[in-house]
Amino acid sequence: MQRIVIIGNGVAGITAARHIRKLSDDQITVISGETDHFFSRTALMYIYMGHMKYENTKPYEDWFWTKNRIDLKRGWVKSVDFTKKEIELEGAESMAYDKLILATGSQSNKFGWPGQDLNGVQGLYAYQDLELMEENTKDVKQAVILGGGLIGVEMAEMLHSRHIPVTYLIREEHFWGNMLPEEEATLIDGHLAKNGIDLRQETELEEILDDGNGRVKGIKTKSGEVIDCQFVGLTVGVHPNIDLVKDSKVDTDRGILVDENLQTSVPDVYAIGDCVQLRNPPSHRRPIEAVWYVGRMMGETVAHTVTGNETKYQPGVWFNSAKFFDIEYQNYGTVLPVNPEGHSSFYWECADKEKCIKIIYNEETLEVRGVNLFGIRNRHEIWNKWLVEKRPLDYVIANLPEANFDPEFFTHWESEIQMLFNGEFPDNQVSVRKKGFLEKLFA
Amino acid sequence: MKTIRFTGLILFLFSLGLFLGSFFMSSFILTEETFSLVVKPEHKEVLKPAITEMYGKDYALSIPFVNDINAVVKEVNAQARAEQKWDQVIYDDYAGSLARTSASGFVPENKLLVFFLVYIVGALGALMFILPQAKLQGPAGIKNNHIFHHALNNRGWMGMLTGALLVGFYILLYFFPAYITNWIIAVDPLQKLINPSASSSQWFLYGFLYTFAVLVMGVRMIIKYRHSKYQIFRTCSVMFFQLAFAFLIPEILVRLNQPYFDFKNMWPLDYDFFDAWHINTLTQSGGLGIFMFVWGISLFAVGVPVFVYLFGKRWYCSWVCGCGGLAETAGDPFRQLSDKSTEAWQIERFIIHGVLVFGIIMTGMVIYNFFGGDFYVSFSKWTVMGIVILLGAGLYLYHRKKFPAMTGKKVRNTAISITGFFALAVIFSEVSVFAKYMPVDGNNFSFSSGNIRTVYGFMIGSIFSGVVGTGFYPLMGNRVWCRFGCPLAAYLGLVQRFKSKFRITTNGGQCISCGNCSTYCEMGIDVRAYAQKGQNIVRSSCVGCGVCSSVCPRGVLNLENREEDGRFNQPILLGNDSISVSK
Repeated sequence: MQRIVIIGNGVAGITAARHIRKLSDDQITVISGETDHFFSRTALMYIYMGHMKYENTKPYEDWFWTKNRIDLKRGWVKSVDFTKKEIELEGAESMAYDKLILATGSQSNKFGWPGQDLNGVQGLYAYQDLELMEENTKDVKQAVILGGGLIGVEMAEMLHSRHIPVTYLIREEHFWGNMLPEEEATLIDGHLAKNGIDLRQETELEEILDDGNGRVKGIKTKSGEVIDCQFVGLTVGVHPNIDLVKDSKVDTDRGILVDENLQTSVPDVYAIGDCVQLRNPPSHRRPIEAVWYVGRMMGETVAHTVTGNETKYQPGVWFNSAKFFDIEYQNYGTVLPVNPEGHSSFYWECADKEKCIKIIYNEETLEVRGVNLFGIRNRHEIWNKWLVEKRPLDYVIANLPEANFDPEFFTHWESEIQMLFNGEFPDNQVSVRKKGFLEKLFA
Repeated sequence: MKTIRFTGLILFLFSLGLFLGSFFMSSFILTEETFSLVVKPEHKEVLKPAITEMYGKDYALSIPFVNDINAVVKEVNAQARAEQKWDQVIYDDYAGSLARTSASGFVPENKLLVFFLVYIVGALGALMFILPQAKLQGPAGIKNNHIFHHALNNRGWMGMLTGALLVGFYILLYFFPAYITNWIIAVDPLQKLINPSASSSQWFLYGFLYTFAVLVMGVRMIIKYRHSKYQIFRTCSVMFFQLAFAFLIPEILVRLNQPYFDFKNMWPLDYDFFDAWHINTLTQSGGLGIFMFVWGISLFAVGVPVFVYLFGKRWYCSWVCGCGGLAETAGDPFRQLSDKSTEAWQIERFIIHGVLVFGIIMTGMVIYNFFGGDFYVSFSKWTVMGIVILLGAGLYLYHRKKFPAMTGKKVRNTAISITGFFALAVIFSEVSVFAKYMPVDGNNFSFSSGNIRTVYGFMIGSIFSGVVGTGFYPLMGNRVWCRFGCPLAAYLGLVQRFKSKFRITTNGGQCISCGNCSTYCEMGIDVRAYAQKGQNIVRSSCVGCGVCSSVCPRGVLNLENREEDGRFNQPILLGNDSISVSK
């Protein structure tokens, strides 16, 4: 029976712990300085907005850990002695391990702007950030958010729920322009405007202004405009949290470098989740992928390796999802802001400008590479199959109704999409979905 | 917009205040004429001597008036019992009928005005409060902002107050209907409109208030979930069935001299379906009555298995049923309060299946009795108390042994409350008001077909489904009754669990464990526990309201009727080719 210590109780660390327990009788300890129990980081915004309480964001009840003999240790790790295989915690406590799993997550980016450490300026990643934001947004008349990404739009929605006006500065031409193609990004721009968010495209921050008491009183853009505000959300992305190991013998670059088995350069030390940088990522994946699903999958995989069944981390077809105010987003496969060489996209947008679908395909073979869906739900299983089987665009369009995952009675858009396709691809006609009796009745 | 809402709120509060205030707004004077008009000839002689003292006495409130009459009746009955003149015992509710005819003052003299001010103005106010939300809340979508910050939705003072009002109302309605004579009088104009020859009863008042709540709060539900056609259709459906099937059609049937019958209600929820009087009424009311009888039986014997197989139990629980209708409309603001713990689930299964068994035994005995059989056993009160305490303790110890990691607090509390409830029942059995509901005979609990039926009606029909089931909305969520108590839900659930095409499908690996689905599940199902494993959700308690699917920010959940194969799927978490995740 070996002693496995996991640093970090996020989805990666906890998934690893759960799967290790399923596979072995090893002693498991999970250390976290953030919270006593695992909670869903993606749900932080809902606590602030009053949709849930902190308790509701815990995926497992508190007795779960005792029952499954997963020891939870609250505390911050100060250092790790990789030779003696010992962890030192703050407060002069230490702990020995046989195998160590680093799941230390991310940190919010800051790019050295003047005033970035003023009171009232913050990012949103940890539970402590949520508490800080609760404190920081009391009596705020105007807020500024910087950085067009997922956390930025979450923050905008959070502030919006408290009726705090938001000016949203993004460097790119459109919201999330470094990830989304222009058409989808424009659709989200419109939706943000509809929700009263003052979106300022192609606007960069010059400095954050001090009110003289160490608190933010406004910001100045590169074009010289001054915007008064009492809160600044810095949501310009995250980077792997490698503080604990960056000066140790564990190899790091932007993240903690790991091989295919998620092992670091030090034997018996593994890293999973946001803090990881893959040395040799598969061709369809990025070296650093700070998303929930990757943390979960790495946790599942590393559990096999540390319990003696060496298993390579082999992520399958990429997928992701998000929600921008009221518009849900799903993504399967690869969709880049600009289509790669030899690839084109098929794009349909609903007249209400709240729903769209974009499918990337190879111009020659019509083979489908990825899809973005906004305001429409599709089945993961079906898209995964189509992408693995490298189905051509006309096949996918013809079978689109099969992938539909919208609730019952929702309007089906497939026939509209199919008709558009037939217009654009006269040589690859597909049959158009017929409306059912009830659909016609309630149309 | 905000002004409209504010005005609406003021109007609604005015109507609510007037409703509560109207309790005090008439006086009661008994006259000799009223007495001889209301009281049956055979009772006149015995009641007269004591009741003459009340003639001309002006009561400002219904309560002392009713109490005085009940005291007289009680005394007369005690006398009759002492002399073993069983045929002279009075079972008529003279307090109610005399209060009704003796009332004078503001409410009886201005019935229409009171009705208008309370219900029409109240509805108007409520709608003025609700409708602007469509604009104020911004684009359609899930808007659960500040639910856990609000004193009404998060067991704050407003929630407690609402709960107390509801519990109080149910206690008055079930056990002291004569006290609420003023409220009953105020809905008489509507009763007369539907059936001119009838006059409103406590049940008409209840049916009307129920329908009123379902309709007004149904509008709120539709506004809130206006982005989802599933929720809109479903809400329209429960509004329709409540208004037409539960409220209007039975009243119209009575007007046409047919038996009162709710075509969508069914045994075992409709627990008096097999009562002798009910069977007799139906079978003696000609072709339509026979049809009703056959319909009622086919509904639960054929309708349930067939429809649950095809659509899941939702076809009834969240599309048709009245209890479900109220929960889905008036109860929607409280859905997040249902307990999601595994312990709560265990308690739920014990209690709801216990009620089903109790209901079946009770019905069996009633039918046995109908065919002339009789059944009688008697235990001392203390034996019954002992058994109940032993059962409670046994349940607790069993739980402690089987689930040591859990705290066991809820099980202990439940065991204590159930035992305490029985203890109270024993104590209350001494109190005249409750004596008629308890199977108590001196120091013995006697069980016969008749009083088992009475106990069921009292404990399950009144206390559980009404007082606790609805009164506790603001404390335990809007499906307390449906989740813990309804025997029909238990029956539908068993079919759903074992033989149905219905499931909530989880979309591959897209779940982010955020917890919205579990939080907003009114049945207390920990939906996330399945979704985050990539498992479909097949639970007997799921009423298919579809709110988990609505609140999911990642499009992970979908209610579906599909082939049975793959319903209980192997957990699938897509996206990871390293291993196959199977658990």
